[in-house]
Amino acid sequence: MAETEERATAPHTPGHAGSHPSAREYVRIGLILAVLTGLEVTASYLDVSGAILIPTLYVLSIIKFLLVVMWFMHLKFDDRRYSRFFVMGLAGAATLYLIVLISFRVFGG
Amino acid sequence: MADVAAPAQQHDEHQTTTGLPNTKLAMWVFLASECLLFGALISAYVLYRGRDETGPFPSDVFDIPYTSVSSFVLLASSLTMVLALAAAQKLDVQRMRLWLLTTALLGMSFVGGQVYEFTLFHEEGLAIDTNLFGTTFYTLTGFHGVHVTVGILMLLSLVGMSIAQRLPPDAAFPVEMVGLYWHFVDIVWIVIFTVVYLIPTPAPGG
Repeated sequence: MAETEERATAPHTPGHAGSHPSAREYVRIGLILAVLTGLEVTASYLDVSGAILIPTLYVLSIIKFLLVVMWFMHLKFDDRRYSRFFVMGLAGAATLYLIVLISFRVFGG
Repeated sequence: MADVAAPAQQHDEHQTTTGLPNTKLAMWVFLASECLLFGALISAYVLYRGRDETGPFPSDVFDIPYTSVSSFVLLASSLTMVLALAAAQKLDVQRMRLWLLTTALLGMSFVGGQVYEFTLFHEEGLAIDTNLFGTTFYTLTGFHGVHVTVGILMLLSLVGMSIAQRLPPDAAFPVEMVGLYWHFVDIVWIVIFTVVYLIPTPAPGG
């Protein structure tokens, strides 16, 4: 069956921009998430400097985060206003995180 | 064999004053506020990381392979959650119940694993008041565990309501709302797993 035909019919709710992914697409995203987690765990066991390891782990984590938010939580397909609300919360959390860490000179040692 | 109900009907029950369903908008605003809660808890953990003079230290107690399995379990539960939603959107009630129940069971495995992990850590001398690591670690992961537990209760409630036929014919909307919450606890764990477990902790007292 063509993938386009498999796409699940989205509920007819206001603010819903497009159809949600099919079950097959969800499984594909799930497998990618599993592989990325495997890479994270493998990377943590490699004998590499923190300057390489830590950014690598952060990048893998951000990719996983975005895959879940965009595909499983449907922000890629839903009205952009939902994304704006969530990004506002994330930006607030990131700002809080940076202010706390800078205030206590975590970066300066 | 799956129960396939009558074709989906348009529902005008989604109240809105903004063009978006109020319930879904409220859920996203709630999740945005939860970002601030977990942002604060993660900041506290990072702030005090490596500042303890006395152990146990993270390297003394963490079992990365064990926690990796827990992470896989939680990620798998996110997949089964969206499969439940896909089934609900196709009005396949039996399959929706099956995936919701599977998600709840995977969530229970995760929480059970966390309780077991906490028990081991406690036996190794790490209590919530032992040192800064114990305080920030148990507070952060404990709050997350409570969120997963609430999610499990919501999932089981959905299954119960479905069996009691108290869900609307188009059950996709409530399943989607519970799913948003469930995926949120998953993305929080994605961050916790990296920041707390995988990123190496500086040397004690450093």
